[in-house]
Amino acid sequence: MKLFKFISHKLKQRKLKRRNRSLGGDIVLFVVLGLFGLFSLFPLVYTIVSAFKPLSEIFIFPPRLTVDNPTLDNFFDLGTIIEDFTVPLSRYLFNTLVITGVGTFGTVFLGSMAAYPLAKYEFPGSKFMSNLIVYALMFSTSVTAIPNYLIMSGLRMIDTYWAVILPAVGGTLGLYLMKNFMVQVPDDMLEAAKIDGASEFGIYFKVVMPLCKPAWITLVILSFQQMWGTTGGVFIYSEELKPLSYVLSQLASGGISRTGVTSAVSLIMIIVPITVFVISQSNVIETMATSGIKG
Amino acid sequence: MKKNMNSFADTWRRHKYKYIMIAPFGLIFVIFTLLPVLVSIVFSFTAFNMVEAPEFVGWSNYLDLIVYDSVFLTAIKNTLFFAIITGPVSYIMCFLFAWMVNDLPRIPRAIMTLVFYAPSISGNAYLVWKLLFSSDSYGWVNAWLMKLGITQEAVQWLVTKEYIMPILIVVQLWLSLGVSFLTFIAGFQNLDKSLLEAGSVEGIKNRWQELWYIILPSMKPQLMFGAVMQITSSLSVSQLSIDLVGFPSVGYAGHTILTHLHDFGNVRYELGYACTIAVILFLIMMFCNIVVQKLLRKLG
Repeated sequence: MKLFKFISHKLKQRKLKRRNRSLGGDIVLFVVLGLFGLFSLFPLVYTIVSAFKPLSEIFIFPPRLTVDNPTLDNFFDLGTIIEDFTVPLSRYLFNTLVITGVGTFGTVFLGSMAAYPLAKYEFPGSKFMSNLIVYALMFSTSVTAIPNYLIMSGLRMIDTYWAVILPAVGGTLGLYLMKNFMVQVPDDMLEAAKIDGASEFGIYFKVVMPLCKPAWITLVILSFQQMWGTTGGVFIYSEELKPLSYVLSQLASGGISRTGVTSAVSLIMIIVPITVFVISQSNVIETMATSGIKG
Repeated sequence: MKKNMNSFADTWRRHKYKYIMIAPFGLIFVIFTLLPVLVSIVFSFTAFNMVEAPEFVGWSNYLDLIVYDSVFLTAIKNTLFFAIITGPVSYIMCFLFAWMVNDLPRIPRAIMTLVFYAPSISGNAYLVWKLLFSSDSYGWVNAWLMKLGITQEAVQWLVTKEYIMPILIVVQLWLSLGVSFLTFIAGFQNLDKSLLEAGSVEGIKNRWQELWYIILPSMKPQLMFGAVMQITSSLSVSQLSIDLVGFPSVGYAGHTILTHLHDFGNVRYELGYACTIAVILFLIMMFCNIVVQKLLRKLG
């Protein structure tokens, strides 16, 4: 009897949640999502499968999405190549961790801190700055690389981590994203915090940021992905300061004899961003489920 | 004068914390984003080959580009055609897919978000399309077409003028569930759930009414953001074209504003001219942005 009550209670809750939904609509929804999902998943599956293909299967044409004799040979080959490096792999990994860590933190923290006043207040210069932020997104970065290089060398930052971190932090995408979410934070919540004696920084950190968690988690994902993929290019030339992406892309461009190693490298390169993505996405969903606060 | 000073001090006193909170980002932005853009705009009025010092040439780069450079006209035509289709279609796709995914229970939702975002996770995932459309009988599409007897010979997909643009558009649409998609998902999660329940009580009958009357109006900031993303990404296509159909593409069929810029900036080292192209593209994006923002303001 108790169980029945429990189930009927659950069903009632279900019903409440699934308001305004028809069965037909649900079916169409699943079919569309499923079909497009298969389509989207293709390169991911291809990358994973290729990494475990033995040499004899890599060159079968037309290429197959299946592997008959999965093997770890590609990873062992990669290991042998890595052993011959003049700079140890851990050094590249360290460089990547510093660049990705500092870059992502800087983008999210500085960007959102600047976004808060621009989103919630009007003051002299706020309109101008808001416009500047949108239009700064529209200038092609391939031409600004040259002036950027000149500025960097003027500041003696070439061949340091800062040469790749600072231009990324100075990008406006993060700020614009945060600003557009912060606009939705209700004014009376800010007022209430002020009456409680919170400072502007306190309001930003303790009221606005928790409410905008889905937004800054999205920004963490985007920023992480960007920093993780950076190779340093001409901005970092010392071998011992190069990030992991650089050395892995060097390996991948080693020609046809490296095809197997290349697939192993591709898998390693996407596995980390995917992990970060999954962890942060599930985090968004959990927090929103536990705290439903929204004025 | 004294009054001016006073009002300045007054402004500072009242808004001090706001300026201080903007300052760290502002400083980095001015040095590493704004300054390079301004320098590039100055370069666009010069002849600069990166070896000799830039030489001021006035409007001549602009004149050359708009009046005499016939390839640039092709580039503009291609870019606009590409953007007019992929921009709006992928914008709508991002929104609809985010909306559908949002309807799923917790775990499937997380999985589907990852699945749809997968093409954007690694920067060059679209290279698998090269395998699909390989021009010999080893390409997957050709292999199947020949196996099923639809064609007798391998189709030269990536080097036939007529096929280049459609293929680029298909691949771009496949890539479209990126930044805007994630933003819309986050926007849905930020949505005030009590609004939806109130709507249900007020007599909203199906998901379309809910979408139109409640969701769209309350997601305006995210929609604005998505629109800007769509404008910048659909008008700045270049790497996709270079990687898939080669550079220069057959008959310039895949030539875009940014591949034109790539030609002058990275191949011929005429940086002044490349900057001019960047400025023109910038103006086109600005114009699109103004139009789209006006349209979005009317929504809901």
